[in-house]
Amino acid sequence: MKIAVMATCLGDALFPQAVQATVQLLQRLGHTVLFPPGQTCCGQMHVNTGYLREAVPVVRHHVEVFGPVAEGTWDAVVAPSGSCTGSVRHQHAVVARRAGDERLAERAEAVAARTFELSELLVDVLGVSDVGAYYPHRVTYHPTCHSLRMLRVGDKPLQLLRAVRGLELVDLPDAEVCCGFGGTFAVKNSDTSTAMLADKMRNVLDTRAEVCTAGDSSCLMHIGGGLGRLRTGVRTVHLAEILASTEATQTPAAAGSPGGVRDEPVEAQR
Amino acid sequence: MSTTDLGMPAVRDDSRDTGLPTHSPAGQGHLRGTTSFPRAARTELADTQLRRNLGKATGIIRAKRAGVVAELEDWEDLRLAGSAIKADVMARLPELLEQLEENVTARGGTVHWARDAEEANRIVTELVRATGADEVVKVKSMATQETGLNEALEAAGIAAWETDLAELIVQLGHDTPSHILVPAIHRNRSEIREIFLREMPDVDPALSDDPRALAMAARAHLRRKFLSARVAVSGANFAVADTGTLAVVESEGNGRMCLTLPRTLITLMGVEKLVPTWSDLEVFLQLLPRSSTGERMNPYTSTWTGVTPGDGPQEFHLVLLDNGRSAVLADPDGRAALHCIRCSACLNVCPVYERVGGHAYGSVYPGPIGAVLTPMLTGISGADDPNASLPYASSLCGACFDACPVRIDIPNLLVQQRAASVESHTRPTAQDLAMKAAAVAMTSAGRFRAAEKGLGLGRLLAGREGRITSLPWPASVVASHWTGARDVPAPPAETARQWWERTGGGA
Ligand code: SF4
Repeated sequence: MKIAVMATCLGDALFPQAVQATVQLLQRLGHTVLFPPGQTCCGQMHVNTGYLREAVPVVRHHVEVFGPVAEGTWDAVVAPSGSCTGSVRHQHAVVARRAGDERLAERAEAVAARTFELSELLVDVLGVSDVGAYYPHRVTYHPTCHSLRMLRVGDKPLQLLRAVRGLELVDLPDAEVCCGFGGTFAVKNSDTSTAMLADKMRNVLDTRAEVCTAGDSSCLMHIGGGLGRLRTGVRTVHLAEILASTEATQTPAAAGSPGGVRDEPVEAQR
Repeated sequence: MSTTDLGMPAVRDDSRDTGLPTHSPAGQGHLRGTTSFPRAARTELADTQLRRNLGKATGIIRAKRAGVVAELEDWEDLRLAGSAIKADVMARLPELLEQLEENVTARGGTVHWARDAEEANRIVTELVRATGADEVVKVKSMATQETGLNEALEAAGIAAWETDLAELIVQLGHDTPSHILVPAIHRNRSEIREIFLREMPDVDPALSDDPRALAMAARAHLRRKFLSARVAVSGANFAVADTGTLAVVESEGNGRMCLTLPRTLITLMGVEKLVPTWSDLEVFLQLLPRSSTGERMNPYTSTWTGVTPGDGPQEFHLVLLDNGRSAVLADPDGRAALHCIRCSACLNVCPVYERVGGHAYGSVYPGPIGAVLTPMLTGISGADDPNASLPYASSLCGACFDACPVRIDIPNLLVQQRAASVESHTRPTAQDLAMKAAAVAMTSAGRFRAAEKGLGLGRLLAGREGRITSLPWPASVVASHWTGARDVPAPPAETARQWWERTGGGA
């Protein structure tokens, strides 16, 4: 299959290791992966913050860049993010229609129909749940809200994790409760967001897992940021990185935060 | 399985804004607080007793609800039916309201129409005055909380006695409700005991904090009121258009006392509470108790139709309240908010509500539905309006949509109201400018790359809230609001795009 990777703005700028892992995993499974160079962002931040008009050109740009999948030039688009896939699938056409652009809406729907979150692509489209990964760590999985309730990925990520050799999967208590990220919610309502994060961290720590994984770098940035701040020693690693890991190319357990973390903005430290 | 569109915006046609249906006027009733949600939340979050009380109470109700909902194989079909009936009601609300008026009148009741909170309060006050009574007993009602009826009656020298246990606790504690169904959910039993000891005239000073002892004390306190009151004021859960029947569902039986003993009954009801036919009640009487109290069936369901000579109240007034509902109805995408049957399931599953409680919302309608319904009823007057912050009081996690018995897509409505909030800005805010700049950067790979690289990730990460950077995502996210509790991910040596350009995906 010819699969285009949608890196997402956050994945591109801050979590390239999740994007690289997605590419390497799909290549290992025998697929051709490409990186459309024009890609930027799906526009979800604009939509979810109420900037629906401003989102229209961002959606148009996305639809142009990923248009070849609608023509069949590529077979699928994959994103290592439930949230961004959800935006493409459930927001793009509506943003376009609201602006009165029916043609864009239809084109957005055609692109969305072939756009998948990683676990959906693997289990539903490619029909694999054992990707041949090896990851000898104690891991707990946080189902992110948008993969759970917008995409309804169900237990697909768990099927994939259960098949990973060496991996000890521990159930996360109250897994389905939001971690408190919510995009701009995390800064607009930072106190409430932090209170939610505290409970998520407590549950993660209760599992005594070394690694907390999820299908969204954004939620992991939030959970990992909290776990790091408290120096808990628990890492956050994107699902793609675990699935990309093999005996030969074992991702270090710390891959989720290759350069470590900082508790101050970079500039402030200079 | 159903899916929610977590934040799906909808088409808005500005041209149909005739300016006719009006919002709930500012300064009336209890639909607007004085501080923005984030500030109010900050105070509430620091109340450790509140956190404990709410966490415990919502946890219990959530588990009960999940249990009884799982028992029904046709739960999803019931939700679809509930949603379809309400959509039908909204589509022909004027016609159904007239039908209701006709049937209530034919059965000996009197129907009044109230444009807003003050008009409703005035109508009720005059009706009570006409009976010569100086006190009323009250059935728990959100509509009368919304209009601030108790205060209006008090100002007219009429005492209003709340008879619902939780509402009584709030009233005696000189407090405000924090939950649609359990207004005193923020109180635990030892706090309730203290309130009773302080405020109930002849309560046993040895009163314990055993829930049964507390209920018995309330019962003794209320019994005298029930027997002496000549006027009762209620809300309504449902009104059946084709029979003119009103319905109240409750757990305690206090409502039944109020609805049957006094000579005069005055019901204040939002216009959206209609169902077309008697048989439609079947759907809602299954959905409501399971969603609200987690019971298969509520202990008391009272229905009445006009006046029955020699049985129950001999005078019945129905006051139909608009107070912004027409404005909500006029928005075809937003009107689903009027489908709400006030079960409170969305509050109980909301991770924000569970931690912050109801008071931070500043409105009698808290939680996810309150965060959309409140600004829809009042309109948003600008960036400084406390109600402008309500649609943002959610992480858009979608738990509310899954729990809602009438399938209101609350995340979608939240995003719509966020758009309304943004569109209310008369001058561009710093955030508006940052979002516009980001949209420009995001429509060209070259500009996007420049934003990532040219500015330098360091500078991006150092962005402060409100500062204009070319890429507020994730720049503004890493403002001090982020770093207060969370570390910042260290910027990678190269972006995914740079890695691809260097390796072609090869290594
Ligand atoms: S919005 Fe739905 S879940 Fe929330 S109170 Fe109303 S009916 Fe219940």
